[in-house]
Amino acid sequence: MNDKAWLALEDGTIFAGRSCGAAGESFGETVFNTAMTGYQEIITDASYCGQLVTMTYPQIGNYGITARDNESLRPRLSGFIVRELCRTPSNHESIESVGNFLKKHGIVGIEEIDTRALTLKLRDRGALRGVISTLTGDPKRLVAKAKATPSMAGQNLAAVVTCEAPYEWTEGVVVKPDLHVIVMDFGVKLGILRCLAAMGARVTVVPAGTSAEAILRRNPDGVVLSNGPGDPEPVTNAISTIKTLITERMPIFGICLGHQLLGLALGGRTYKLKFGHHGSNHPVKDLETGKIEISSQNHGFCVDLASLPAEVKTTHVNLNDGTSEGMAHSTLPVFSVQYHPEASAGPHDGRYLFERFRLKMIERRQDISRGGQRRAQA
Amino acid sequence: MPKREDLKKILVIGSGSIVIGQGCEFDYSGTQGIKALREEGYETVLINSNPATIMTDPELADRTYIEPLTPEFLEKVIAAERPQAVLPTLGGQTALNLTVAAAEKGILKKYNVEILGARLETIRKAEDRQLFKQAMQKIGLDLPRSTVVTDESDLRQVARDLGFPVIVRASFTLGGAGGGIAYHFDELRTRVQTALEMSPVKKVLLEESIIGWKEFELEVMRDRKDNFVVICTIENLDPMGVHTGDSITVAPAMTLTDRQYQEMRDDAKRIISEIGVETGGCNIQFAVHPKTGRRVVIEINPRVSRSSALASKATGFPIAKIAAKLAVGFTLDEITNDITKATPACFEPSIDYVVTKVPRFATEKFGEFPLDTAMKSVGEAMAIGRTFKESLQKALRGLESGKKGFEAGEDCDEETLLQRIATPNSARLYHVKSALLRGISVTRIAEVSHIDPWFLNQLREIVEFEATLAKAPLDADLLRSAKRLGFSDAQIAHLRNIPQKTVRTRRWRLGVRPSYKLVDTCAGEFPSSTPYFYSTYEDTGDLVPSKTKKKVMILGSGPNRIGQGIEFDYCCVQASKALRAMGWQSIMVNCNPETVSTDYDASDRLYFEPLTLEDVLEIYDVEKPAGVIVQFGGQTPLNLAVALEKAGVPILGTKPSAIDIAEDRKLFGAALKKLKILAPESGIAQNAASAVKIARRIGYPVMVRPSYVLGGRAMEIIFDDQSLIDYVARTVKPGSHPSLLIDRFLADATELDVDAVCDGKDVWISGIMEHIEEAGIHSGDSACTLPPHSLQPATLAIVREHTRKLALYLKVKGLINIQYAIKDETVYVLEANPRASRTVPFVSKAAGLPVARIATWVMMGKSLKSLVPAAAMKGAVPPYTATKEAVMPFIKFPGVDPRLGPEMKSTGEVMGLDVDFPRSYAKSQEAAALSLPTSGSVFISVRDADKAEVLHVARALRQMGFTLVATRDTADFLGRHGLPTDRVAKIGEGKPDVVDLLKQRNLSLVINTPSGKRARADGYMIRRTALELDIPCITNVRSVNAAVHAISVLQGATLGVRPLQDYYKDLPYPTDLRRT
Repeated sequence: MNDKAWLALEDGTIFAGRSCGAAGESFGETVFNTAMTGYQEIITDASYCGQLVTMTYPQIGNYGITARDNESLRPRLSGFIVRELCRTPSNHESIESVGNFLKKHGIVGIEEIDTRALTLKLRDRGALRGVISTLTGDPKRLVAKAKATPSMAGQNLAAVVTCEAPYEWTEGVVVKPDLHVIVMDFGVKLGILRCLAAMGARVTVVPAGTSAEAILRRNPDGVVLSNGPGDPEPVTNAISTIKTLITERMPIFGICLGHQLLGLALGGRTYKLKFGHHGSNHPVKDLETGKIEISSQNHGFCVDLASLPAEVKTTHVNLNDGTSEGMAHSTLPVFSVQYHPEASAGPHDGRYLFERFRLKMIERRQDISRGGQRRAQA
Repeated sequence: MPKREDLKKILVIGSGSIVIGQGCEFDYSGTQGIKALREEGYETVLINSNPATIMTDPELADRTYIEPLTPEFLEKVIAAERPQAVLPTLGGQTALNLTVAAAEKGILKKYNVEILGARLETIRKAEDRQLFKQAMQKIGLDLPRSTVVTDESDLRQVARDLGFPVIVRASFTLGGAGGGIAYHFDELRTRVQTALEMSPVKKVLLEESIIGWKEFELEVMRDRKDNFVVICTIENLDPMGVHTGDSITVAPAMTLTDRQYQEMRDDAKRIISEIGVETGGCNIQFAVHPKTGRRVVIEINPRVSRSSALASKATGFPIAKIAAKLAVGFTLDEITNDITKATPACFEPSIDYVVTKVPRFATEKFGEFPLDTAMKSVGEAMAIGRTFKESLQKALRGLESGKKGFEAGEDCDEETLLQRIATPNSARLYHVKSALLRGISVTRIAEVSHIDPWFLNQLREIVEFEATLAKAPLDADLLRSAKRLGFSDAQIAHLRNIPQKTVRTRRWRLGVRPSYKLVDTCAGEFPSSTPYFYSTYEDTGDLVPSKTKKKVMILGSGPNRIGQGIEFDYCCVQASKALRAMGWQSIMVNCNPETVSTDYDASDRLYFEPLTLEDVLEIYDVEKPAGVIVQFGGQTPLNLAVALEKAGVPILGTKPSAIDIAEDRKLFGAALKKLKILAPESGIAQNAASAVKIARRIGYPVMVRPSYVLGGRAMEIIFDDQSLIDYVARTVKPGSHPSLLIDRFLADATELDVDAVCDGKDVWISGIMEHIEEAGIHSGDSACTLPPHSLQPATLAIVREHTRKLALYLKVKGLINIQYAIKDETVYVLEANPRASRTVPFVSKAAGLPVARIATWVMMGKSLKSLVPAAAMKGAVPPYTATKEAVMPFIKFPGVDPRLGPEMKSTGEVMGLDVDFPRSYAKSQEAAALSLPTSGSVFISVRDADKAEVLHVARALRQMGFTLVATRDTADFLGRHGLPTDRVAKIGEGKPDVVDLLKQRNLSLVINTPSGKRARADGYMIRRTALELDIPCITNVRSVNAAVHAISVLQGATLGVRPLQDYYKDLPYPTDLRRT
């Protein structure tokens, strides 16, 4: 039980702890998340693909793993770092412990390290490449491995985590969906699909590489650009797909990576944040209503608002650091947010955005039927 | 939206005396609130009857009224000040109730005063069960199911709907009489029958039981733009059925999934918006069924609370301060987060540690008692650790209840043990450990206690490690592991049977030392500058000790308890102020989350740590301050003083050796002899035989107590040999070697409390207080008056001279408190304490001079002459009178006799301030909710010794128009002396008896002096009934005299109000010491 494990960072730091997941060695960009609940959602969120995730809250795993809170079919992160992992979870929904879950899916984990010290390092130095290893040997060799880990920038990770073929999302669908939404899957969180279904939409998920034509052929009312891992710039084919959808005046709702991809499609630039936003407590102000919502966030890259054409307006700002959190086109039915309106994990304050999206889709339908009537009259 | 410009002057209402359920957390919130309002440029007016608060310091609010918290006095303050608004949400339930009463009487409308923080409608919706239920149903939230029945006809159906057990509550009965829990149908039928009989309206409420469900609290804030944030989630280790104030609580919530928590958060958002808390903080409680997850709303408090103070300390988010700013119109995004200074207050704190709060019970005063939904604890300790295990153990040792951490309870058989775990009580956690040690499974313990298995498994991990810790080689790894689980050096020493110092030395040699981490509201995401620290055992800390050598560490007073409360926190905060004013850094160490001293604003550095030798030495070693102040925090730091000094820590002010002289009977006796000061004859006994011998030499009655006790614990007046032998048997554990102090008891003497400051050369007598009650009543439970109202100048001159001599002899540098008894103009010294006393804040408010601050400056080397105005040095006293009255917790403890004695039982105090003694006494009674009547019937029942004295009183009362009522003997006695008295039957003599008269509310005042032993049951019934019916009951003749004086004044005139700032203008010396 007292299996040793190490975390080595590219700057030469080595943390010695103990293994709390699968045995082995795993590489990735080390980031931290400040959410106090929702570790299951985080572990299974495909946006963490290629990352070693540190939970700043020290006691993780208290309520175990439930059957209802996965954000994808399996864990996608590269490794899990905690201060203490609970072996004896307690909750009426709990089906297994986090340790078992990680082992079952071959995810390495390390506990009993000073996660606050690690967090402060990441805050000051920015996200660092690292290695978690349970293999014996000189831990110093791990530093070299950490240095050799490829950087997140320039990798098309969306292509790694997207679905292989289109599928329909049927869980939680209301009796008679009146709208059809297509979700471009760059690593979509199931929470987004659940919110769309709850809103009353038929949901079709398509792979990241799906062409605009293939999407339009399905005759959707709107398209959601999902969240996903890593750098948006290399996801080039999706960017061109989005460009076409924009020209077709398709209602588009971008979330997180989807927001960044939309920014690039609209002609803007993206850049990497020092240590990103990862947590459930970021205040975001909706500039339209002046209201503040507490948001769930998980991104290392960001859209440079100044690089966007004048028709694209900032709709939301992060009150902590003033960064842009949302944008909308002034004439087209296209908008997006950098944070996670579906939450999971996190507060539900941003869920009104799905309603906003629904209204855009209904407006388009009304336009079409009016246009159709006009055509018929003509 | 910026702040409101239409408001200029705002009235803040305090919470009055400390009582069980309302502690010093409201001094913390009120102080923050007033500071915040002044920061925004508002003129502030404060009304609060409690002088032991920081908030009533004359420099905090612009106008400070120490007046009773009643609608009448509130109206007078409003009429005098004409504020535009009142802020009632920072002063607990007292302030909220007072505001509602004032609104209902039309006072607020008459003077056009707006309520800030919560509208009247909001308060009503939150407080009225029925309105609350309707509001919750309107937004579709689940509540415990309930139904009202007026007969037994539908009981079977009701039982099917609600499920067993069923909670039965009779409507409109006092203190829950007629209610109970029914576990099966027969019981239900019987209980409903009883309840129907008891209920005057023949209505019985039947409610679904949620006992044993998981309990959660959310501390939330909302601004006027509907922005909503959750500051903190709290999970109770003790499930539903135990008052949250009596529960062990943990932040953040531990056993909720994110989805479950977010749904609760959604509910909270809808609740606060439906109830209408627009500008401020509130507390919402939920219960969750452990098996089904069903969530019900329990209650909401539309104000800051004990929990919000805890949440503020737990997260670093200053709820009360922000609430005050929201109340004047700011929105959350317009206010900056104090801690990061860079991010807005509109966010939800994320913490990277675990906070545990444990309650402190007054078991030493009121015995072991079961816990239920009425709060009984008198204080609390909080601790921060990186895990629950670490924080729990730290909190338990911070409690100072004799446990070194998570220890086992009293030994007993398995059945008793399970019973003790099943029924919540003040020692349950320790019994859980006994069960774990015995090998009883977590599942079984969870089954009987309903404590969530998560907590029990954490406890099991501690217990399992302990077995290793007792045996394995004590190397660095083992020590580090132990420390990470929160084990104290004392625990390790005990487990291994070695001295604590050996553990410390070894640990230091092996480099196993704590690191200090920051409380920063954001789990390290942003840099933060606020120096608020806790210890843990990890690789690195956040702490950078300040470079300056000009810093002083102040040891706080730990959890509140009877005998050691807010007064000492007041002194510690004053010390910090004094240090900062002279350009020194103050470092505060304390573990009481209710206090002002644990506000990170109150000092330059705050260490939220237990006050044990180990924890204090570690901080000392990191900070290396120039010295440590131990004389302000009550007994807690004093108990550490000698050990700290031995470890090389410089103690500022009076040396611990002087404290020893004062505490050691022999040394002190020798000192008095040398100084030619009289003390009551005394002796020290080691056993019953020697006690009897000494008592016979001195002559009965004698006052007996164990040495080194606080608040007169186990102190008794004893009249004969047999009682003395019984006392020794009762208080002395077999095999121990106690010292029992036996003093001659000076019957009918007048007691004085004298506070003084000495700088080694001069002595400043800051206050001489005359007790109202005769000697023999604990000074903490006595009313007292400053200046003294009945003593001869010559006597007072002797007292002053004795005080001067003693202070200089003991080489006091700082504060000293001396208690005297005056009998037949002879002055006796009862005891001397070279430290801050409970009366320091009272004296400071009365005299208009900051006594504790002056004492701090003296300790730092300044001379009294340079600090204290010459007139005050010479003994000038205020031209007005201040009376302190103690506030007792008897109503919370069913079965306890509400009489005063040598053992302290009060939880707090109030102050009455007016031109003369009778008026100030009347105010003090009013403030203590013992309103003196000006007409009606007085029941008199006194012991023989008091009969002569009571005659004057009876005559006076009769002349003032009162009807006299007494039982046969007293009635005959009064009749013989020409005072017509209505006769009433004694209990057992027939009906109606005196208790019936009380119940019919035909009596407006009870005078009952308990006799030594006889007629105890009678007297008890009378006193207890009066207490429960809120009828003033006076139990000693001196107080009756004072009351009669006060009544005569009340009959002739109404009492006025005046702020401290105006009173001070009449003083014969300046009060502005800011030049220092």
